[in-house]
Amino acid sequence: MNSIKFMSEAETMSTEAAIDSSKLKEEYSQFVGRKVLLIIATLAGIVVLAGVAATLGSANITPIEVYTAILARFFPGTFETTDFINTIVWQLRLHRVLMAIFAGMGLAVAGAAMQGILKNPLASPFTLGIASAASFGASLAIILGAGFVSGQWLIVGNAFIFTMLASMTVYGLARYKGITPETMILAGIAIMYLFSAMTSFLQYVGKSEQVQEVVFWMMGSLGRSSWEKVGIVALVTVVCALALMYFSWDINALGAGDETAKSLGVNVELVRVLCMMIASLITASVICFTGTIGFIGLVAPHITRMVVGGDHRFLLPTSGLVGALILLGADTVARTILAPVILPVGIMTSFLGVPFFIYLFLRRRKEYW
Amino acid sequence: MVKITIKDLSFSYGSREILEDLNVVVGDSEVLSLVGPNGSGKTTLIKCIDRILKPKGTILLDGGRDLQTMSRQEVAKYIGYVPQSTTSALTTTVFDTILMGRRPRMGWRVSDEDIDKVVEMMKLLHVEEFALKDFSELSGGQKQRVLIARALAQEPEVLLLDEPTSNLDVKHQLEALDTVRSIVKTTKISAVMAIHDLNLAARYSDTLVMLKNGMVHAVGDPLSLLTKENIRAIFGVEAVVMRNLDRPYVVPIRSLNGEAP
Repeated sequence: MNSIKFMSEAETMSTEAAIDSSKLKEEYSQFVGRKVLLIIATLAGIVVLAGVAATLGSANITPIEVYTAILARFFPGTFETTDFINTIVWQLRLHRVLMAIFAGMGLAVAGAAMQGILKNPLASPFTLGIASAASFGASLAIILGAGFVSGQWLIVGNAFIFTMLASMTVYGLARYKGITPETMILAGIAIMYLFSAMTSFLQYVGKSEQVQEVVFWMMGSLGRSSWEKVGIVALVTVVCALALMYFSWDINALGAGDETAKSLGVNVELVRVLCMMIASLITASVICFTGTIGFIGLVAPHITRMVVGGDHRFLLPTSGLVGALILLGADTVARTILAPVILPVGIMTSFLGVPFFIYLFLRRRKEYW
Repeated sequence: MVKITIKDLSFSYGSREILEDLNVVVGDSEVLSLVGPNGSGKTTLIKCIDRILKPKGTILLDGGRDLQTMSRQEVAKYIGYVPQSTTSALTTTVFDTILMGRRPRMGWRVSDEDIDKVVEMMKLLHVEEFALKDFSELSGGQKQRVLIARALAQEPEVLLLDEPTSNLDVKHQLEALDTVRSIVKTTKISAVMAIHDLNLAARYSDTLVMLKNGMVHAVGDPLSLLTKENIRAIFGVEAVVMRNLDRPYVVPIRSLNGEAP
């Protein structure tokens, strides 16, 4: 008797099903469309800001002249520019602007991925000990002149190698207890304190000008950029970001819990380790050239999540673009606000980003994490 | 017809044996409930069937394939899992949550077929009005329905439910189990659920499996299985069993604390 009742109920369900399916689908495609639109808008914002950033500096040039100089390189016959503007744009400013874009992008994508796989809003390259390992590597090179590579790449090489070493150690420690968010975060925090202490020790024994150099390095700056370095950062960031995006669905599933992810066919531990390594690789390649630029890896994903939601197919690329926008904006302000003094960009990212972040945080009523 | 045959299934955490040589057969288009006291291995068995945990023994599908030799992805096409209670940490809309159920069957891009399936499941479980709401904003009963919809979006042959009625009030308990039963009877899939409430189990199941200390104590239809003697042996509880609408109805009287069951 019961089952007869169930059957009829199911039938009424299926007749209703025909009613507004198309409306639901339309709503969802609009929902997705808005995210795509946001990505395009952010991209346009970056292009405009890049042009503006390249006009600012001790030599006065207009945005039109900047874009003309850029286009002239690709279409020599069509666009004309002067040697002076060409030099300013191509040799002084453009690589720095591009460095800001790709470094910001890389740090933000790495942060978004880490927050996703560790399901923790505080996860970032900094809370997991990666940045302090980089600082230690750089300090070792600056103060003791010791490292794995020699010459002009000593600091860069050290920062990179220690960063990767730290994430391997975090992985190894977590592996021992099972790869869960908790074990990885605790291992990361332990590593962070260890490297911070070792950096402090080096500063204690170092000469004052060496210590000053370490401190400047740790503040983070785009002043050391060059075309060569931009090329490396851009290549690593783009390749790794695409790799992380490939795992978007798996990271989404991890958000619903490890057991659910497994039941949906995700190889949970493998995905977590791979994404962690890829995110570390991006972070290492960025901060070995720029020094430790904090905040972007933590906050760009949060700002983005508040706007586009938690679907990593959109969260990862949009975070990257938002990170690029923040770092480019911060560097532009840092170069100009006290000109001719150029402030370290690491200081400016926090000054600019924090108020914006707090504004979004207070304004939004919904739980966003 | 048989959907799943579980043979000599054992599982242990270290040296602690949780499940021991279990043999269970899940029939076609049936609701099978696992009942038993806390720690009897109900939830563990559910997780073993879905290979969330890795047991010893064989889990044969109706085609003769052993689930143990299949990849996670393949298992996910065959078995849908509804977890006990999920506190989805990340902001995900109801639509995206259900879409996640398509993961074993889709590539990176979402096809129209995937979208259609999600819409169909939202309709089936009456969650379409929350489509673009965040999962975390829903009530317990709504969340449960969304999670069932996600599992069904996998187009599974077998639905596993871990305590589908915990955290729900009476009305929503009945609704959740009504839904499961009607889906099982209309779509010909099978459902295996771990459940505490004997009366709900009796009312909505075709078969009960009584578990005690990781072993099968008895298997049968609710009427023959829910007897005073069995309840005493399994739970150590004295109970009166009445009959209501062709189904047994258990009224627990007192715990037989310390007395030999």
